[in-house]
This record gives sequence, C-alpha cells and structure tokens, in this order.
Amino acid sequence: MSEYTLQEMMAIVAAREVQKAGVDVILCGTGISTLAAVAAKKITTPDVVIFFETGAIDVEFNQMPMSLSDPRVMHGAVRLAGLAEAFALIQNQITGKKTLGILGAAQIDIYGNLNSTVIGDYFNPKVRFSGSGGACDIGSVVGQSMAFMELGKRKFVDKLDYLTTPGYLDGPGAREKVGLIGGGPQLVITNKATFRFDDLTKKMYLDSYYPGFTPEAIQEEINFAIDLSRAVEAVPPTGHELEILRTQCDPERMVLK
Amino acid sequence: MSEKNKLMSLTDAVKKFVHDGDLISLGGFSATLCPMATVHEIIRQKIKHLHIAACSNGQAVDELIGGGCVERIEIAYGGNGRFAPTCLHFRKAIEQGSLKVEDYSNYQMTLRFMAGAMGVPFLPTYSSLGTDIVNKWGFGEEYRAQDERLPLKKLVIKDNPFNRTDKIDKLVLVPALQPDVTIIHAQKADALGNVSLKGLVYSDLEQVKASKNVIVTCEEIVETDELRCNPEYNQIISFQVSAVVEVPWGAYPTAVPSYYDYDPAFLLHFYPKVAKDSIEWQKYLDEYIVGVKDRQEFLQLIGTERLDSLRADAVCGYNPELKRR
Repeated sequence: MSEYTLQEMMAIVAAREVQKAGVDVILCGTGISTLAAVAAKKITTPDVVIFFETGAIDVEFNQMPMSLSDPRVMHGAVRLAGLAEAFALIQNQITGKKTLGILGAAQIDIYGNLNSTVIGDYFNPKVRFSGSGGACDIGSVVGQSMAFMELGKRKFVDKLDYLTTPGYLDGPGAREKVGLIGGGPQLVITNKATFRFDDLTKKMYLDSYYPGFTPEAIQEEINFAIDLSRAVEAVPPTGHELEILRTQCDPERMVLK
Repeated sequence: MSEKNKLMSLTDAVKKFVHDGDLISLGGFSATLCPMATVHEIIRQKIKHLHIAACSNGQAVDELIGGGCVERIEIAYGGNGRFAPTCLHFRKAIEQGSLKVEDYSNYQMTLRFMAGAMGVPFLPTYSSLGTDIVNKWGFGEEYRAQDERLPLKKLVIKDNPFNRTDKIDKLVLVPALQPDVTIIHAQKADALGNVSLKGLVYSDLEQVKASKNVIVTCEEIVETDELRCNPEYNQIISFQVSAVVEVPWGAYPTAVPSYYDYDPAFLLHFYPKVAKDSIEWQKYLDEYIVGVKDRQEFLQLIGTERLDSLRADAVCGYNPELKRR
C-alpha cells in the first residue's frame, strides 16, 4: 500500500465522488477545492467542465490559482464571462442541475448548513469571517454539492452562529417549504471521515472513516450524535491515483502539503 | 482635442468625483484588477465616511478600510483568496464595531448593480431563501428609515405572481444600487472613456453602468481608432465614464491580466505583517501612501526590479516563473 497524506485522501475521495455524481460541471473554490476538481478531471472524469463563479468556464490549468480571479484561471479557458452570467448558469435549472458545487466553511451542522460569516453574535461578533461570497448562491441553486471541512467540535456544531449557506435547513421538506430550488448537499469530506445525509431525516450520518480511524473516535470530534451504523472503512488512494495527483494536478505543490 | 476629452490627473479625478459620505463601488475581484492607485489617492485626500458596495473586492476594500475612509459596507466576500481567508482590516473593523456591515451574496450584489444599471428598483433571485442573509439585517429597519440614501429594506421575499401551480415559488427581491461613483482599473482606454477590459470582468460592467460617475484608471491610453478595430472587446462606452487616468501599474500589488501578475511578496508576507499591527500600519500609511506625492513615488518605493519580476508572459497573461509562496 502506498503512503499518502490525509489531504491527498480528501482530494481523491472528492474525485471519485464527482464520477459517482454523474454531473457535467464542477463549480469550485480555491485550495483543496480546485485540487479536487483537477483530480477529478485528470483521474476519474476527463470530460467534466471546471467552472469558477467569477465566470471562467472550462478552465485548464498549468498552475494552481491563488484566488477565483487569478489570471491562471483565465488562460486557456473556453469562456471568460462575469459573475452575472456565471450565477445565471447555475440558477437556471436547465444547467444548474448538471452542476456539482464544492463548498467549505468554518462551521457545519447536522443538516449540512454552513457558516462562513461569524463566530458569536452577528451584531457583535467574536470572530468575523469573509462572508458568503458565492457559497450561499451555490448552496441555494446547484443540483448537487459537497463540502470540505476539518473535523472538530468547534466545526461540527449543534447550532450555527450564522447560517450562510443552506443545507437541508431544519430537516425534511424544509428546502421545498422556503422555496429553495437546488438539490442540497450530498457529501461532506473531512480529514478523517466522510459523511452523507439520510434520505428521510436529512440528518448527517457517518459514511466512511479513513484507515487508521474508528467510528467512535470520529463521533468524539462532533458536537451532535450521529448514526455510525452505516460506516465503512474508506478505500485508500491507489498508487496510480496518487501519482497523477502529485505529478499532474499540483506539481508545484501549491496546495499539496 | 475633443471637448469630450476626459483625461485628468488622478488627484483631480478624486477631488472632483469622490466626496465624504459617497456611496462608492470598486471594480476587480480578490487580487486582480483592484483600482489600487485610486484607493491610495482617496486615502491621501483623507476622504471619510464612505459607504462601499462590493461583491468580492479584496485588497482595495481592505486598504480603504485600513486608511480610515469607510463607515459602512455592503459586501458578499471580505476575503482575498489564499492571500487572506478574511481580509485583516475588514475583520478587525467589524470585530471592533467601527465598520457597519450588511451581508449579501455575490450573485445578489451583482443583481443589485444590474438593477441599478437597468434602471429598475430590484431584481429577483432564489439565492439565500431560508438563510441568515434573509433573517439578519446589518442595517436595521430603523437605521434604514432614517437615511434616505438607503433602501427601506435589505431584501423582500415575494411569491412569483405568474405561478399557476400549487408549487411554492418564492423569490428574494434585492434592491438596486446606483453608486455615486464607481472606480475601476482597466488595461486600455481612450481619452474619451471608451474602455477595453481583457480577461474576466467580474461585475465591473454592471457597477459602471449603474453609477452616476465613473473613474477609470488604465495601463495604457490608446487611440480610439485602435479600439475600433475590435469593438466586441470594448465593454464600456465613453458617455458612461467621467474621468480617465493613465496609471501604469495602477492595480499593483494586484494583477492585471496580460500586463503583470500579483505580488506574492507584498500580499502574502508584507501586507499581513503591517495590517496586523497598528504601529506598523501607521508607518505603512505614512511612508507608502500619505507620505508620497503620487503613484510614481509609490512605485519608486516598490522598486523597478520587483515590478519587473511580475511582468506577464505575452501568451499566458501572467508570470509562470513567479515565486508564489
């Protein structure tokens, strides 16, 4: 078995999920999110279109971007538009349904809602973060989404300090009731385990734990009780997957540690 | 020279079109095409109490906040990509309560500028239903009622009036923005204010079209005849623009596609150090912004060698050899 880092595991898990999702388009952010999209394109789904909310569409990278507006997302793209066109493409359900969004946040709750705005009271915050950017738009309207999170009790919380990006809100039927048109989150990828959402209750459950971790140890790092009964040990990255990830996806090691 | 010539100095452009308390919007996104030269001129002229409206403008907004020019902000994203997950002055000012903030999403801010550009009072979206963007208002109803420059509400949720099914169909209506002035940086413009932007345009075009006045700084002033060769690349028309200023390196330390890359040494190492420490920050303001006469003197402090190391490759539009750590 090849040696791998947890970060590499996360990118490979995401690449495999893109294939499973059967989407035409991946809408991604920077960092691990871009790395995962490139890994999907190079390893599992070569025809998938990589798309940034800034309006860079069908991007081909030679170097990892430092932001969604990096000139590195522009060169070689099929189209460069703007925000208005980019978000219209996902809000319009003809194309929005074909899109998988990749998100991340400071906090997540049991229904997959995300907070990237504040810790503490919104009107008198202990810590202020960047805010939504396009995350709320993406979580509201795309057909499918996944989130990268770091496992930990301060991240997996009972109640979010601010609900920036909608998951399943407060449970079954809630998205439909408020009028959200997109599909809601499918998968949460962390540094130790992955989580999915129950079809009926919309609650998060443990989907897989990475080799070397146990379901019980994962539960210890989460502030709410989750169903562990369906968890399986995740399949580690293969030598082939790792080689492509390291040599073709991020050879400069801008994201890979 | 045409009477419609809008060339002027940056000092005059800011003096004429940016005033205390104005609602201003800034072009660019994160670390690309930020109108940094104009931001520094605004700080230098000690313009105060600005109301900023922005999608995801990282560096320009942060320096303007750090320069003490901003009283309130409506924004989607106060970060700067991997250079700053949260911009430092943005974070500090909100945590200290010195900056009033109203949160929207990127699409909502874009739609707000687009509504302003279309001359209609609002536009609808499905984004943010069920979230705290709907539930929590940074500018409360009372605050809004007392200031006639603000819409009475942050947003309104309405049923689709054309819905003929039983299916729930609610929309979020976001209010139009018509800034007093929008400030952008472009690659090329002519003296009349026709502008050619290369690469991504973010929401710059909606911002420009929505604004009462527009200041354009650019890398190069070109003849109108040159712009006429590729009319499909000219996104901004002369009569939308109030002032044109040629400012080479006008977006530094952020990138201008086809001209120069962002400066990682500044954004990753220098800026976080000075922005975190109030004494260091004051020194930066004194030395690099208030203490210099103009952009030229600022660039001399940065140095030719450093600037040359950022020059873009003619094919890919950035510098592939750039050290980015």
